[in-house]
Amino acid sequence: MTDAPLDRSERAAIIRDSLGVGIATGAYGVSFGAVSVSAGLSVAQTCALSLLVFTGASQFALVGVVAAGGAPLSGALTALLLGTRNTLYGLRMAPLLRFTGWRRIGAAQVLIDESTAMGVTRETTAAARLGFLTTGVSIFVLWNLFTAVGAVAGNEIGDPRTYGLDAAVGAAFLALLWPRLRSRRNQLVAAAAAVVALATVPIVPAGVPVLAAAAVALLAGVLTTGESP
Amino acid sequence: MMWWAVLGAAVGCYLLKLAGLSVPPRVLERPVIARVADLIPVALLAALIAVQVFASGHDLVVDARALGLGVAVVLLLLRAPFLVVVFGAALAAALVRLA
Repeated sequence: MTDAPLDRSERAAIIRDSLGVGIATGAYGVSFGAVSVSAGLSVAQTCALSLLVFTGASQFALVGVVAAGGAPLSGALTALLLGTRNTLYGLRMAPLLRFTGWRRIGAAQVLIDESTAMGVTRETTAAARLGFLTTGVSIFVLWNLFTAVGAVAGNEIGDPRTYGLDAAVGAAFLALLWPRLRSRRNQLVAAAAAVVALATVPIVPAGVPVLAAAAVALLAGVLTTGESP
Repeated sequence: MMWWAVLGAAVGCYLLKLAGLSVPPRVLERPVIARVADLIPVALLAALIAVQVFASGHDLVVDARALGLGVAVVLLLLRAPFLVVVFGAALAAALVRLA
């Protein structure tokens, strides 16, 4: 990790890519807003979830449990279980971002899948911060805006799937994973993680498959030796 | 009751995020932990892709999203820029759903 400053073109590229992910992800707030209201939460509760919880999978899990007739508190527990993923992200991001004090307290709220993905691949602290914050803040703003729109308008706007946005998210994650697939070890870990996630989809609550796949990383890290490629 | 669940999830999820960012850097200097931390994004991204593309609730399905992912792979092999990959996949999925 170095303190080298960013040149202008590198800066522009990071901002452009981060905003792309931010827009594609933020627009998904519409579907969260609509799903949450149809699950029986009020517009205010729906907007409070996006503003305060701000981690998509946990939010969908909470309203999903409620929609399926579960107790609100068991919905909250499922949300927390999924939220542990962000702790792992924080562990990975802390030495890259090197935020302290109030900046760390603020940055923590936008520590999510996409902001981590757009920050973790950078070589310098300046680049990591730029990717992380541009993605995190743009998603925060748009996600909350679109949540409110979705909550108020219900299903009127239509399904974001019509625009292929669900496929866009998978493609974005793949593009982020791609440069890390050069080493044999990483290819094997990625394949095993995908298999574990898909194998557990039918039998565990939504969101847990991704956590189960994190165990693959844990296992591979403990069992293998040698330097990181 | 619902408000307690909303606020409980909010406080808990925030503290989980802050805890991750607050771990002392020394911890990551241990080789095993550094290796695990290095592999976690690989495993999580691969799992997120798999679930995002092939899961629908508790079912595994192959639909327009899989085509989108296929288009993304081709574009990545052609070294297309990030946004071209992302929106190319979206366009492919949207078009096949129209058809």
